[in-house]
Amino acid sequence: MAHEHHGHDHPHPFQPDHPEPTSYYELLGMALNELLIEKGVYTAGDMRAMIEQLEAVSPETHGAKVVARAWVDPDFKAALLRDGAAAVSSLGLDPGYTELTALENTPRLHNVVVCTLCSCYPRSLLGRPPAWYKSASYRSRLVREPRKVLAEFGTTVPDDVEVRVHDSTAELRYVVVPMRPEGTEGWSEEDLATLVTRDSMIGVARAKATR
Amino acid sequence: MPHDTQGRIGPQDLGGLDGDSVDPSEHDLAQWERMVDAMTRLMYREKIFGDAAQLREGIEALGPDVYQRLSYFERWAASSARKCVMEGLVTQEELDERIAQIRERGRDGA
Repeated sequence: MAHEHHGHDHPHPFQPDHPEPTSYYELLGMALNELLIEKGVYTAGDMRAMIEQLEAVSPETHGAKVVARAWVDPDFKAALLRDGAAAVSSLGLDPGYTELTALENTPRLHNVVVCTLCSCYPRSLLGRPPAWYKSASYRSRLVREPRKVLAEFGTTVPDDVEVRVHDSTAELRYVVVPMRPEGTEGWSEEDLATLVTRDSMIGVARAKATR
Repeated sequence: MPHDTQGRIGPQDLGGLDGDSVDPSEHDLAQWERMVDAMTRLMYREKIFGDAAQLREGIEALGPDVYQRLSYFERWAASSARKCVMEGLVTQEELDERIAQIRERGRDGA
């Protein structure tokens, strides 16, 4: 796996025994972190704990549970669509610090999420956004030619299905509830959750097919 | 909000522009990027950043040239440092001095 490259030769993690050039802004981040710790704004332990906390959130362990519950429990689904944050909290999961709107895909409607201005993302459910979600090409093109962008992800949406693009903001995040795959009647919630991928909750893909 | 000649509010305003096809490959983060990510979270917790809009404000203040040139978490680092200087938590001199020290440490292999 490559590190994030954004059109310029980007330095690798700063390693004192490895004399690679290190960018000014990378050093700026490191300097700021050291100073904030020294000034007691937060501790080195807070930093370690926060890194671990951010690593611990994943689409599989968080978002997929919410979707699987919505698939098996109509009352929960209704509550989720009404007030996403409250419904997520009721499962004992962190809803994040913004409003959360769940968008239900149906045979007539396909929802897909973007943040055209930056990279707003339902991180408490899906963890860190993938690099492509933050990319200029996804942000610029999805609102203009969503079907074409979806096709690039291998998702062909028939012409008679409406595609709705939702632009996230600093105060409002979206998560897509994909359609429950056919042939999953009687499946347990745990098994259903394995079909719910990150991309299906962003809306660039469908939930995994059973076969 | 002022708009430029293309009706955009700034370099971050990408919605509707043309672009290349989306590269869907996965990317791993470098350790310093994980640190910057966590640092902004801690800044929210400590109410240094009121919300994500304030983080973005600092990114937009970079101007189009710097915005285009920097990587994602470099922008976050720049915005975080700007905010901490504005709030009087650190000074630019302290940051510059520390950056020089970190460079020195790297060079010494310490």
